[in-house]
Amino acid sequence: MDVGIVSYGAYVPRWRITPVEIGRVWGTDGEAISRGLNVKSKSVPSPDEDVITMSVEAARNLMRRCKVDPKDIGAIYVGSESHPYAVKPTATIVAEAIEAAPDLTAADYEFACKAGTAAIQTCMGLVASNMMKYGMAIGTDTSQGAPGDALEYSASAGGAAFLIGTADIAARINETYSFTTDTPDFWRREGEMYPRHGGRFTGEPAYFKHVLTCGKNLMEIAGTSPEDYDYVVFHQPNGKFPLRAAKMLGFGKEQTTTGLLSPMIGNTYSAAVLLGLASILDVSKPGDRILAVAYGSGAGSDAFDITVTEQITELRKDPFLLVSNMISGGKYLDYATYAKFRGKITLAEGSR
Amino acid sequence: MAIPRFWRETPSRYNLFASKCGNCGEVHFPPRFVCPSCHRKSIGRMESIKLCGTGKILSYSVVHDAPEDFEMQKPYIIAIIEMKDGVRLTAPIIDCDEPDIGIGTEVEATFRKLGEEGKAGVIHYGYKFRRMNRTPPEK
Repeated sequence: MDVGIVSYGAYVPRWRITPVEIGRVWGTDGEAISRGLNVKSKSVPSPDEDVITMSVEAARNLMRRCKVDPKDIGAIYVGSESHPYAVKPTATIVAEAIEAAPDLTAADYEFACKAGTAAIQTCMGLVASNMMKYGMAIGTDTSQGAPGDALEYSASAGGAAFLIGTADIAARINETYSFTTDTPDFWRREGEMYPRHGGRFTGEPAYFKHVLTCGKNLMEIAGTSPEDYDYVVFHQPNGKFPLRAAKMLGFGKEQTTTGLLSPMIGNTYSAAVLLGLASILDVSKPGDRILAVAYGSGAGSDAFDITVTEQITELRKDPFLLVSNMISGGKYLDYATYAKFRGKITLAEGSR
Repeated sequence: MAIPRFWRETPSRYNLFASKCGNCGEVHFPPRFVCPSCHRKSIGRMESIKLCGTGKILSYSVVHDAPEDFEMQKPYIIAIIEMKDGVRLTAPIIDCDEPDIGIGTEVEATFRKLGEEGKAGVIHYGYKFRRMNRTPPEK
């Protein structure tokens, strides 16, 4: 039985800030950081946006593309590391807002930046075993770096939703494979506002080890090699790591450009690989093959071997829903307004 | 606002559910149990309908002196919107500046945070509107 993506939806907030502007405040060479990270700007959510509102926007954009009855959705899983509630699932509000409630199961996932792809794998199992017709997997984040921390130059916001099913598939998932270890490269303790990381330790033993092994093992399982793929998308904590990972696995620049969004919108964490995949689905042709490899600190990778079908053209009738449309026309903030938007300023009791 | 009161309004705040009088056909938002024109003739004949989510700005104002919950968002635009379904409602217009809009600008509903009951309290969500820049939904 074929399992795959029936529809998809993306959401990127309107606001942007540049690493140059952040560097100006902290007395660092923002231009050098921007070049080093290959991040020219990052997306910033409005004060009235959070993981719940962005998940709803992405889910509604998904529903606008297809003719699926929301009552046929049997599961909604939202992956994020910045859920607004520690206890009270984001997924319940999404289910209500797209009118999928109440006859469904819903839960929130957390696995650093790969919680959304873990949700896709869960949905694949549920629809393949015929437990339900459709499952919705969402990856959204509004992550923050501590003021002045290296993460602040790239930590951004975005969301993407994927509807997984067995009929009317627009992109068939041929294989999926995961690689998981106990690697403390990045974490946030309960009650802490900002995450901590192991600096350079986040590179070789964390991101590269997991992404490269996962991508390589998936291609072995699928019996494919880099030249079999038209597009490849990796988790993108910055604009540099995914390019290096692609090169190390034997992929060329033309395969990586379409799915690489972090130079324009920064690291959208749980949404990063999913927005990249959405961006590829926006332009791919029937028959195109895609390799997608997510990475979540802690650490693990999920990889997907995907083939686009004829059905894809049915999902692209509204240009407003294209990722390229959401990325263009962002409005730039100065650091002071950014700090106000992100709640980085201590206010008097009762103010918000 | 008390949790139960807001919770009861979830269908209209999240998905713009309105009421339609089965006697005269008038649409009301927020929904009503009794039609203000037909009174007892409408009892038991009020139907729940979903507004299409798009409309145009009938009038608007820019708020510079904001209530406590909206301090962080000032200045912001608040508008009376005439929905395609004929009903009028008041809502903030987001993701744009004053020069981007005017009377007659087409807008669509979006989903945003409306407020929260303190840092530890429940968060309220619901509709706000933004400029229409996508293909209008089929009616």
